[in-house]
Amino acid sequence: MTAVLPQVIRRRHRPAALPTMAAALILTGLLAGCARNGPHYALQSIKGLVAPLDFQLTDQDGKPVTAADYRHDIVMLYFGYTECPDECPTTLTMLANALHTLGPQASQVRVLFVSVDPRRDTTAVLKRYVNNFGPEFVGLRPDQAELTALSKRYRISYHYEKPDKYGNYAVDHSSAIFIFDRDGRARLLGLSDNTSQQVASDLRRLLASS
Amino acid sequence: MPPFVTDLRYLLPWQFSPTIFTISAVTVALYVRGLRALGRSGDRVGFWRAFTFFLGVALCYAMLQTYVDYLSAHMFWIHRFQHLILHHIGPVLIVLAAPDRVLRAGIPAGLRRVRIAAWIRRPIQLLFRFIQHPLIAPTLFVGIIFFWLTPSIHFTAMIDTRRYDLMNWGMLADGLLFWWIMLAPRQAQGSAAIGYGARLVILSLVAIPQLLLGAYITLHTTPLYPVYAVCGRAFAISPLDDQQLGGLLTWIPAAMMSLVGILAVLHHILHDPEATAVRPRRRTGPAAPPAAARDLGAPA
Repeated sequence: MTAVLPQVIRRRHRPAALPTMAAALILTGLLAGCARNGPHYALQSIKGLVAPLDFQLTDQDGKPVTAADYRHDIVMLYFGYTECPDECPTTLTMLANALHTLGPQASQVRVLFVSVDPRRDTTAVLKRYVNNFGPEFVGLRPDQAELTALSKRYRISYHYEKPDKYGNYAVDHSSAIFIFDRDGRARLLGLSDNTSQQVASDLRRLLASS
Repeated sequence: MPPFVTDLRYLLPWQFSPTIFTISAVTVALYVRGLRALGRSGDRVGFWRAFTFFLGVALCYAMLQTYVDYLSAHMFWIHRFQHLILHHIGPVLIVLAAPDRVLRAGIPAGLRRVRIAAWIRRPIQLLFRFIQHPLIAPTLFVGIIFFWLTPSIHFTAMIDTRRYDLMNWGMLADGLLFWWIMLAPRQAQGSAAIGYGARLVILSLVAIPQLLLGAYITLHTTPLYPVYAVCGRAFAISPLDDQQLGGLLTWIPAAMMSLVGILAVLHHILHDPEATAVRPRRRTGPAAPPAAARDLGAPA
């Protein structure tokens, strides 16, 4: 009896049962994936995918700041440089429009503009630049080590092009706008082709939910 | 000298992983010990065999723990190159070197006597048996490529470090398992080893979906993977050039690796005395795996 029983069990489970089991497993996984749909945002959700807000940088007034200084605000984190010809001004203008649409609630939102070109972007240059866009905009200047750490943490890249004969150079960089809730958790990913209306309505929803 | 030779930064890990470092170091140490032990007993391992093994390990390590890791997170075609090494070329080199004998000889005598408890050993054996199934192994091999190249999943893998690591680990682990199941001699794989004939069929079949996927990516005229534009590319290249190069790397070398695999299996069939001998049937009846497929390589 003891010898027969395992044999029966083994025969029943092999090998035709294996593909069936695999199919069942895959199906369960797919169903579990579909069932996890949260509230609907226009921007892409990055909840649980991107690291929480954390940094140690120098702000536009030359003051050392950390992520803790921006807790209790919704934070939009964007990487760029002040001499950027197109991408940065377009994106920052779009964000400024979104904050304008938001109205008084905009005071609970901060846009952190981290320079990927700290050599040219001194704190004074950064201050003059971000002031063009509004009081919610903060310019942050990393040193090289801080910039490397941030690029690892947020998986973004930046790359300096060859300087021309006047020493001017362009910097290729990410276009992502990482949006964090009041507790510093990554929530949404804005792109430069999102509209200010989309960003404003998503910010409103985030402000209401936290 | 070019900067990448002099600048140590390119050889150092972008994101240091103690696990990868430890596993690689232990594997190499075991192998070197094994080479010495076998050499002492007069059973020398050929230079090219050892070289193939070290090359395979070094390539996989370089993909995960050098500047290549940064580049592949920020350039689609380098990502495809990374997976070509992790899922195909690296494991094929390692498996072709048949390192199991050397690694076993490298285990310190004290450790070799330790019996692994059945509750640990059994699930691992069962899992291997499961993957060794002639339908599961190729499905998993192709499925894992399609899974991570699904645009929405690819996006999350590139912005989430944990998913990114899981993807690369999975690629390497599945590569090693698949190519071991396909290329290791039947004697080395226990009673459930897939017959050589069936392996030829599997190796030919897995090439097809890879060809189709590679062609689809290469010929697609809009960017499929916007994540590289969002997070920034490692250096300037147009998104479509990047995509086409990546598609070609998925398309052509992948099929070539099936050809390499087929040649290796043919080598087994021609040179392995057991492959041409009549094998005693251990399991018969309906429970046995598809008999016709298994015995194609063993003309009785």
